[in-house]
Amino acid sequence: MGNESMISLSGMVMAPVLAAGLPLAAINWHSVLFLLFASLASIFAVGVVLADNVVRMALYLVFSLAATAGLFFLAGAEFIGAMQLMIYVGGTLVLLVFGVMLTAQAPFVSIKPSAADRALAGLAGSSLLVVLLAAALSVDSWQRPGLSEVTAPTATPLGMALLGMRVDGPAAGAATGAVANGYLLPFEIVSIHLLVVLVGAAYLARAKRRRTPRPIDAAASAVSVVEGSTRVELPAALPPRSGSASALVSGGSK
Amino acid sequence: MSDFLPSPLTLAALVKIGLLVGGLMTAAAYLVLLERWIAAWVQDRRGPNRVGIPFTKISLFGLGQPLADGLKIILKEDFTPKHVDKILYNAAPLVILAASLAIFAAIPFGSVLPPLNIPGLPDPVPFLVAPGLDVGVLWVFALSSIAVYGVLLGGWASNNKYGFLGGLRSSAQLVAYEIPLGLGLLGVVLAAGSLKLDAIMNAQAESGVWYCMAQPLGFLVFFVASFAEAARLPFDLPEAEQELVGGYHTEYSGIRLLLFLVSEFLHMITAAFLIVIMFLGGWHFWGITGSSQQITWLEALLRFGILSAKILAVIVFFMLVRWSWPRFRFDQLMNLAWKVMLPLGLANLVTVAAVEEFRPQFTEALGATTAGWLAIAVPWVVFFVGWILAGILTPSGTDNRPIRAHDPLDIERGIREHDLAETELAGTR
Repeated sequence: MGNESMISLSGMVMAPVLAAGLPLAAINWHSVLFLLFASLASIFAVGVVLADNVVRMALYLVFSLAATAGLFFLAGAEFIGAMQLMIYVGGTLVLLVFGVMLTAQAPFVSIKPSAADRALAGLAGSSLLVVLLAAALSVDSWQRPGLSEVTAPTATPLGMALLGMRVDGPAAGAATGAVANGYLLPFEIVSIHLLVVLVGAAYLARAKRRRTPRPIDAAASAVSVVEGSTRVELPAALPPRSGSASALVSGGSK
Repeated sequence: MSDFLPSPLTLAALVKIGLLVGGLMTAAAYLVLLERWIAAWVQDRRGPNRVGIPFTKISLFGLGQPLADGLKIILKEDFTPKHVDKILYNAAPLVILAASLAIFAAIPFGSVLPPLNIPGLPDPVPFLVAPGLDVGVLWVFALSSIAVYGVLLGGWASNNKYGFLGGLRSSAQLVAYEIPLGLGLLGVVLAAGSLKLDAIMNAQAESGVWYCMAQPLGFLVFFVASFAEAARLPFDLPEAEQELVGGYHTEYSGIRLLLFLVSEFLHMITAAFLIVIMFLGGWHFWGITGSSQQITWLEALLRFGILSAKILAVIVFFMLVRWSWPRFRFDQLMNLAWKVMLPLGLANLVTVAAVEEFRPQFTEALGATTAGWLAIAVPWVVFFVGWILAGILTPSGTDNRPIRAHDPLDIERGIREHDLAETELAGTR
């Protein structure tokens, strides 16, 4: 099932090679595509580090994450690939770029980190690299999966597990009536966290009640805008009772 | 010799990709012509009707117009302003076009072809570039959210305040309307129980009830959100030629501008496909197409034709709306997204969930027919109630002008209230 989508992806790379008349059947397209996506992801990741313009950095990150999504598709994990595209590439980074564009002032558009920052980042990055390399090298033998081995698992088990029902793994045998634990609790905890964050953000960003009328409201004069239900804010610039003639003027100026 | 050829499966995929890209581009060109004809018809004037075969007098109702348009815009000077960010300026149109073309990998163009008996090909052959994709809906949704980058980057890279503001404006619109779009989509996924576009069409064909009938609210929300996502009038603030200086592609010209415009058109075609597939039954039509997977050539062609006819009808509706409705103001656009479409979408989702939850029990108690009618009637009640509530609760959704508290000429009252406010202020100080 998953092969066909993969092959359709391979079609784009294949066109120039076709003309050269290479023995196409002999090429392991899985490896070719893996190398393509992996090198794209790495090159753009390096680009993120080397670029000094915030928006370009964000764009390189987009390409890098999209190439990673390609790797997921290649591995037959289509659900995770689509989620990667949807959440990171299409969601988080759009908001990131949007926020940067909306708020960035000239000194922050171009980022020039100090030497100390570079050293710290280098340290953190290289330690992570060491961990990942150790994990990668601990695998006995990497083998290329043949086309037939790549299966397309459906999203159903994952969704059921998120709802609290494991249809795979250790709890799968408990069909006799025992309650199988899925990922419902962690899922709900994350949701509550997000809700708390949302409420907090709304609280911080709420419109605070003005104690004094703004000068700008004076221009609106006697035609006041209803805000809330009971309190009608009136401009301070309206003259007191004695000058009723000028009040007429300012009242009629709208 | 067979070593030098890719496998039949790969060849089939290549053929499909070629047909798809070529067909879509041609379709886009001719739909532009159709749009101009419809515009002319709506405005009661003659549309493009002169260009036919070059160097002859044969005009063919103006069918040569797309070629002339294309040649003209391609041969225009490809001017790159000095002040732009070159990499992003060049990347933006490519990103938006690639995203809008790649969406079609997961979109089925019919049901299936009967067995062709070519060794190595699966039988029957699906009308789909990537038939194995199990999460087609997610793929489509993910890629349609990537199109925002073209808009954002185009606006930013232009290094021009009109372009930049246009980019921000349209990306805010696209991001806002993605949420109702997703909510409308979720209802269908919930009802069909699958993320495969094929399976969604099959579900509608088998039951004979299209989702626009079973989920009217979801259909409305999805339809409106697709208009906004495709940046068509009344939501065409990304461009707004007359009043907003062209928006994010102000600095683009020639072939790059063409890429932007084509991808906008492709978005409309995608939207039409999705509307037909998700809500209007796909290739299904009562009494004409069967609903089984074992089909004859005649049925296959009929299904293809019906799907195409429905899509063309939706596209023509898109075009008619463009010449019938004025443009929303930006705050009205945002109000509509967040205060009307989002709650309606949520209401639809809850309704669909409830209907799907209780349907088996009602089927047991009342019989399949009554339960089926009930499953259609309840969403319609919710639809009208939701419509009325949305109208009552968010009357400012389309009007945020200052509400006059009282007669502006009622001077005495203004003075009284002013004095009241003064004394209150004095008290707080």
